[in-house]
Amino acid sequence: MTLELSIQYLMAGITYGSIYAIVAIGFNIIYNTTGIINFAQGEFVMFGGMIAITLLNFMPLPLAIFLAVAITMLIGALIEICFIRWLKSPSVMRMVTITIGISILCREVAIHIWGESIRSLPYFFGNAISSVPVLGARISPQVLWVVGASALMMVCLGIFFKTTAVGREMRACASNRKAAVLCGINTQNMVTLSFVLSAGMGALAGCVMSPITYSQYDMGTGLAIKGFTVAILGGLGSSGGAVAAGLLLGIIEAFSVSVVPLAFQDAISIAILLAILFVRPQGLFGSKEATGLKEF
Amino acid sequence: MALLELKQLHKRFGGLHAVNDVSFRVEPGQIKAVIGPNGAGKTTLFNMISGTFPATSGSVFFQGKDLKGKKPFQVASLGMARTFQNIKMFNGMTALENVMVGRHVRSHAGFLASMFRMPWTWKEERDIREKSMELLALLEIEEHAHTDAVSLAFGQQRAVELARALALEPSLLLLDEPAAGLNIYETAEVGRLITKIRDLGITVLLVEHDMSLVMDISDEIVVLCFGEKIAEDVPATIQQDPEVIKIYLGEE
Amino acid sequence: MKKILSILPLLVAVIGLHILTSATDTMYYLTQMTMSAYYSLLIIGLCALMGYAGQISIGHAGFFAIGGYISAALTTRSLIPYQDSFLVKLFDSAGFLFVGQDIYGDSLLVFTPWAACGIAVLTAALIAVAIGIPVLKLKGHYLAMATLGFGIIVYRIALATEYFGEADGISEVPAFVLLPGLSVSGSFGDRVQNYYIAWGLLLIGMLLLLNLMDSRVGRALRGIHGSDEAADAMGVNTARFKLQTFVLSAVFAAIAGVFLTHYNGGIGPSEAGVMKSVRYVAIVAVGGMANLWGTLLMGIVLNFFSLRGSFGSYDDAVFGLILILIMLFAPNGILSINIRSCLRLLPGRNKADREGEV
Repeated sequence: MTLELSIQYLMAGITYGSIYAIVAIGFNIIYNTTGIINFAQGEFVMFGGMIAITLLNFMPLPLAIFLAVAITMLIGALIEICFIRWLKSPSVMRMVTITIGISILCREVAIHIWGESIRSLPYFFGNAISSVPVLGARISPQVLWVVGASALMMVCLGIFFKTTAVGREMRACASNRKAAVLCGINTQNMVTLSFVLSAGMGALAGCVMSPITYSQYDMGTGLAIKGFTVAILGGLGSSGGAVAAGLLLGIIEAFSVSVVPLAFQDAISIAILLAILFVRPQGLFGSKEATGLKEF
Repeated sequence: MALLELKQLHKRFGGLHAVNDVSFRVEPGQIKAVIGPNGAGKTTLFNMISGTFPATSGSVFFQGKDLKGKKPFQVASLGMARTFQNIKMFNGMTALENVMVGRHVRSHAGFLASMFRMPWTWKEERDIREKSMELLALLEIEEHAHTDAVSLAFGQQRAVELARALALEPSLLLLDEPAAGLNIYETAEVGRLITKIRDLGITVLLVEHDMSLVMDISDEIVVLCFGEKIAEDVPATIQQDPEVIKIYLGEE
Repeated sequence: MKKILSILPLLVAVIGLHILTSATDTMYYLTQMTMSAYYSLLIIGLCALMGYAGQISIGHAGFFAIGGYISAALTTRSLIPYQDSFLVKLFDSAGFLFVGQDIYGDSLLVFTPWAACGIAVLTAALIAVAIGIPVLKLKGHYLAMATLGFGIIVYRIALATEYFGEADGISEVPAFVLLPGLSVSGSFGDRVQNYYIAWGLLLIGMLLLLNLMDSRVGRALRGIHGSDEAADAMGVNTARFKLQTFVLSAVFAAIAGVFLTHYNGGIGPSEAGVMKSVRYVAIVAVGGMANLWGTLLMGIVLNFFSLRGSFGSYDDAVFGLILILIMLFAPNGILSINIRSCLRLLPGRNKADREGEV
C-alpha cells in the first residue's frame, strides 16, 4: 500500500468516522436526558438528506439544507411529544420496541414519499471528480465539508452545553433528573429539546454526507447500528469518546476495504460492536464502576 | 464448626469503605441478628454473603466451604436461602407458583424433560406441589395459594417470600429486614414465624431495624456502625453496652 | 394430559376451517393458512424467549433464514464437482446424499431433505449457542442492538454470497418428502396435506411450549422475568435457562424456515430482513408477551392478512404502527384491553361508573 493510497483511505475513514461520531452524539444527547436509546436516530439522518434533495427543486442549496434541518428538528420534536413525553417510567423493553416502531414508521413514510430510488445532493463545490490536494493525496472537497461541518457542530454543541443557561439545565437533567426537577427545571421540555437537537445534528450530517454516500429510505438502520457501536465504544454518554471512537471505526472500516469485500463492510462494524459488547460494555474510555450504576 | 463464618470482610466502593474488617460466626440453630444505623453496611454484608457481589478482601465460609467466586445461584444450591428488604415476588405468578420456584434446587427436571413431560417428572412435579402447599400451610397462608402473589397484602407477601425461601430447605436463612414496612402486629407475627422456622432446625441470620423484634427473638446480636463491628453479644448485654446505646440507640 | 385437552379446541378449529373452506369453495385460503402456521411457529418460539425468559431479540428472521437457506442450498447445489473429496464421500456413505435431476435434466448430487433439514437446524442451534453465551449477558438496549446486528449480518451474507443466490435467493427447492406419500411442497395436489403438516407442526410446538411453561423450568423462566435477582437467590441458574430458551427459539425459527422454504420452493434475502424480525417482535407484543395463546392467535391472524395482501403497500408500516400503538396503549397485549375500561373513557360514562364503584 503506497503512502498516497493510505492517506486516501485515512481521509475516507475520517469522513465516515465523523458522520458516525455525529450519529453517536445524537444517541448520547437523548440517552443522557432520558436513559433511552433512540433506535430511530439513523432516520433523522435519512430525513435530513431526503428533504434537502426535494427542497432543492424549489430553492438554492444553502436554504434547502437550512430548511431540511429545521423540518427534521420539528419531526424530532413531534416524535417526542407524540410517543415519549407522556409515558411514565416505562420499562426498557417497552422503550426499545417503541423507538424501533418509530424507526420503521419513518422508513415507511420515506418510501411512500420518495420511493426506493437512491438520490443525492449535488457536490457543494465542484463535482464528483474535482479534488484538492491534501498531503500529496487528492481529496474531494466534499470531504472537507463533512469534516468541517461535523467539527463545527461539535464545537457549537460544546459551547451550548458549557455556557448557555439551557445547556446547563440539560446537563443538570442528565446528571440527576430528580434533583433537576427539584431545582425547578422543566425536565420534560429538556427531553423534547434533546430530541430536537439530535434530530438537527443528524439532519445536517445527512445533508453534508449525501453527495458522497447518497441517500436512500433505508439508510437509517445501518447508520444507527454504526452510531450505536461508536457510542458504546466511546462510552455511552461521552461526546469526546464518541468522536475518538467514531474516527477509529471509520478508519478501521476504510482500511478493511482492502481486505474484505465491500458487501461485508457492514458486517465488520457489527462484529466490532458485538466484540465490544462482550469484552468491554463500558466502552474503551468508560469506567466499569460508572457503567454498573447505569440502568440498561 | 460454625455454620457460617465471616473472616475480616472488607468492601470498598470507590473511596467509600462500606464494610471494614468484619468477622463473626453463626452457630447452627441460632437466630443471629445484625443491627446498625442506616448506612452501617448491613445490606452490603448480606450481599457479600449471598454472592451478589464479591468482597474486596476477606472470606466467607459456609459449612466449612469458602464461598469465594460463587454466584448467588450456586450459594443458594449449597443450602442458603434469602429474602429481600423490598419484597421481590415473581409477578404474574400465583403464591403457590412462587413457592414452587423455591423447590428449584431440590428438583431436577431439565429443559427437554420438561418439554416432553417425561413420566419420571410427574412424581417430582407432584412432590413440588405438595411440599409447597405444606409450607404455605405452615405459614398460615394456604387459602391464598392460588391468588396472584403481587395482589396479596404486604404481610402476606412477606409470608410467601418466607415460604419460598423455606422451600429450598436451607440450612441457613438470611432475612433482610423482615419487618420493614409492617405494622406492630404484623411485626410480632413475623417474629413468631421466625422462631417457628428456627424450631424447624433452620439457622437464621437477620438484618433488622426494628429493635423490639431483634431483642425479642435473637440469640446473639452483632452491631455494625459505619461498616465496622462495634459489639457482638447476647441481647441483654447489647442493651446495656454504653457504646451501642450512644451510637445506635441514641440518648433516649 | 390436561395440556393435550387444552389444544383440542385448536385442533377442532383447524379441521373445521378445512371443512369450511372446502364447503364454500375457498380452499385457496389454505395456502396462506399454511404459511401463517409456519411463521407462527417461529413467533411462539420468540414468545417463549421474550415473554417468559424476558429477553428481546430483533434478529429472529436471521435464524429463520439460516434454516431456510441452508436447507435450500444443500438440496439444490450439486456436489458433483466435489464428489471425490473426503467430506462428500463421508456424507454419501452416511446416506445423506442422493442423485437427482434439475429441470434441465442434468444430474445433481445433493443432500436429501431430511439430512439438509437436520444440518440446517443444527447449524442454527450452534450459532444460537455461540451468539447466546455472550449476548445474553447483556440487557435491554445492548441486547436489542446486538441481536439486531446479528440479523443484519445474516441478511448481508445472504445478499452478498453467490452460494446463497445473492439478491435472487435460491429457487427450485425440491419437495421435502417426510414419509412416502407425505411431502412438504407447493404443488397444488398436496395443498390439503400441507395444511395439516404445517398445523400439525404448530400444534406440536405449542404443546411442547405449554408443557415447558408449566414445569420446573418454565416456573424458573417466569421467575427470571418477574425478578432476576430473586430467581438467582432461589438457586436458578438464570444465564443457563436464558441460553436454553434462546437456542430453543432459534430451533423453532430454523424449523419454520426449513419447512416454509420447501413449501414455497425457494427463499430470498427479504426473509432475513430487519423488517421481518421487527414484525415478529410486534406480533409477540400484540399477543401479550407472556401469552402463548394470544401470540399464536395474533400470529395466525396478522400473518394471514399480510399474506393475503390486505395491507397493500403499507404492509411493513402496519406492523410498525401496531408495535408503537400496542406498546403505548396496551403493553400487555391486545387481548388485555378491557372493553369496560374503554367504555369508561367515553364522556358521560365516567360519573356513573365511579358512583357504581362507591
